[in-house]
Amino acid sequence: MARAKPWDAELAASLIDERRDRQGAALPILRALQESFGYVDKAAIPMIAEALNISKAEVHGIVSFYHDFRASPVDGDVLKLCRAEACQSMGCEDLVAHLAAEHGLEVDKSSPGAPLHVETVYCLGNCALSPAALLNGDPVGRLNRTRIDAIVRDARGAPP
Amino acid sequence: MSATVYVPMDSAALSVDAEAVAAAIAQEARRRGLDVRIARNGSRGLFWLEPLVEVESAQGRLAYGPIEPADVASLFEAGFLDGGAHAKALGPTEEIPYLKDQQRLLFARCGIVEPLSIDDYRRHGGLKGLARAIEIGPPAIIEEMLASGLRGRGGAGFPTGVKWRTVAGVQADQKYIVCNADEGDSGTFADRMLMEGDPFTLIEGMAIAAIAVGATKGFVYIRSEYPHAFATFEAAIERARRAGLLGPHILSSIHAFDIEARLGAGAYICGEETSLLESLEGRRGQVRAKPPLPAIQGLFGKPTVINNVLSFASAPWILEHGGKSYAEYGMGRSRGTQPFQLAGNIRHGGLVELALGATIRRLVEDFGGGVKSGRKLRAVQVGGPLGSYFPDSLLDTPLDYEAMLAAKGMLGHGGIVAFDDSIDLARQARFAFEFCAKESCGKCTPCRIGSVRGAETVDKIVAGVRREENLELLRDLCAVLTDGSLCALGGLTPLPVLSALDNFSEDFSAAPARVAAE
Repeated sequence: MARAKPWDAELAASLIDERRDRQGAALPILRALQESFGYVDKAAIPMIAEALNISKAEVHGIVSFYHDFRASPVDGDVLKLCRAEACQSMGCEDLVAHLAAEHGLEVDKSSPGAPLHVETVYCLGNCALSPAALLNGDPVGRLNRTRIDAIVRDARGAPP
Repeated sequence: MSATVYVPMDSAALSVDAEAVAAAIAQEARRRGLDVRIARNGSRGLFWLEPLVEVESAQGRLAYGPIEPADVASLFEAGFLDGGAHAKALGPTEEIPYLKDQQRLLFARCGIVEPLSIDDYRRHGGLKGLARAIEIGPPAIIEEMLASGLRGRGGAGFPTGVKWRTVAGVQADQKYIVCNADEGDSGTFADRMLMEGDPFTLIEGMAIAAIAVGATKGFVYIRSEYPHAFATFEAAIERARRAGLLGPHILSSIHAFDIEARLGAGAYICGEETSLLESLEGRRGQVRAKPPLPAIQGLFGKPTVINNVLSFASAPWILEHGGKSYAEYGMGRSRGTQPFQLAGNIRHGGLVELALGATIRRLVEDFGGGVKSGRKLRAVQVGGPLGSYFPDSLLDTPLDYEAMLAAKGMLGHGGIVAFDDSIDLARQARFAFEFCAKESCGKCTPCRIGSVRGAETVDKIVAGVRREENLELLRDLCAVLTDGSLCALGGLTPLPVLSALDNFSEDFSAAPARVAAE
């Protein structure tokens, strides 16, 4: 997965402009911003409101509704760990406890500069090979403590 | 002579190193100077055997699995290209009982074809349903769909033909086809597998629906947790356009139809049809009150057919073979086949397509082989996070819409999750409320507030605080959620809660007693 670029108002403006005429453009625009910058910068909200002729409050309402859209950038690797029922049945909560106890990594807590961010997701459609996760967008299955340890060890950390 | 080796690129296979296996096979073949073509198929759905490598032979495909990169050298050593014996050899793929005992209509091609090859799709019977649909025209297509008895495979079970007939009967300047690929239920992966392994079937099914109702534009709303499915499906749309399967004259007919794939943004509620439409229109995914039905006023206020992936993908088979042939499968008012998905703590997890009416036990025991952990099976959740937890005594319940309702459960999208005896059902009941609270769109009070109060009440019961009183309160709260919620999220959250309470009441006793009992 490509590293996120730093916030760039000009690039954001062109991403918005390319998509403003699509039907139901808000989500495609927000997705494009999130994919480019790794989050949706506050400065984008009035730009989107202007482009789509809706209020800033409405844009904020959309951004805050969906779990995917982040309010601040994330450095390092992102592990989206599934914590839904099928993964529960194979011990995903044990992995959550292990991450905290062994690696000091708390799920869904942002810690700037940490090499690995672990986020909760509910279902990745890999329920026969659970516990499952997405590591920087790539699927990982049959997770166990050993594989989690390896993921933490190999996490690349923030750029210098 | 060149040999062909299949290595799946389904994301479940990728999650257990299929990419590294493919690379190792290519490298080993080069090292040995052998001419090997590596084909990338979807998954056969035998996930405990993934990565499942297959070799083309005179007797059909031969399977080896689960293969790790470290196994590759020994496969070549054993002469697997000629079907050589190996500890991981499984014989002819089609003869593996798990596959042989299924009734695959919808998933007949998945894992066999190369997902993005239209030629392969045609060679394996693709586009025959669409060709016949064009030939017989809209009223006859709808007759076939009605005759098939197909009911919405997303979970609601509404007759698909009736939905199509309604949209066909409305006059409008624009109509839409919307595919709900927001497969958020834990324990389900059939939509994902189909989009990754046989995407043209979905495109063909949507095109048939478009002709039936007179729609020219379609959207597929795919959840963002499925990045590979989205990428594969977008590529499939592009190829379908180039092959004339989509565009101004689909298969050289007078019918125009095109599809756009849209990615969700992480909201379980967007699997609810009206919430999905709101999201597609660029708003918060908040549930709409019905009526008006989406069939009358759907996307952008226009008449819209909104169906699950599996419902659309059933249409090509139905049109090719006739609705009556489809209705020969199944029982009672549940006709056709259902791709069941075996997941969680189970030895042989995977996709099992069978006629509706198979029992839970047949799936969990005969196909699934029991729990994986080696402990005792304690509970089976059917139908995703809003489905009921069944104890062993209810495993002979047939999996059809009516029988599941009678057993106070629901079939949902066909997901079956097994749990061993380490599960705490009070904790699962609490999780059901927590999940509902997290994913509630917030529009109606029972769901938004009731879910939070529900989790608190379970906590009190388990802690032994005014137990009887709180148990009564919990049941009362569940009644309010069931009767008063705007959509299925609040309306069905009581299913996992009450099934846990009714079938596993021992888990709800006060904590000290539970410790003593263990």
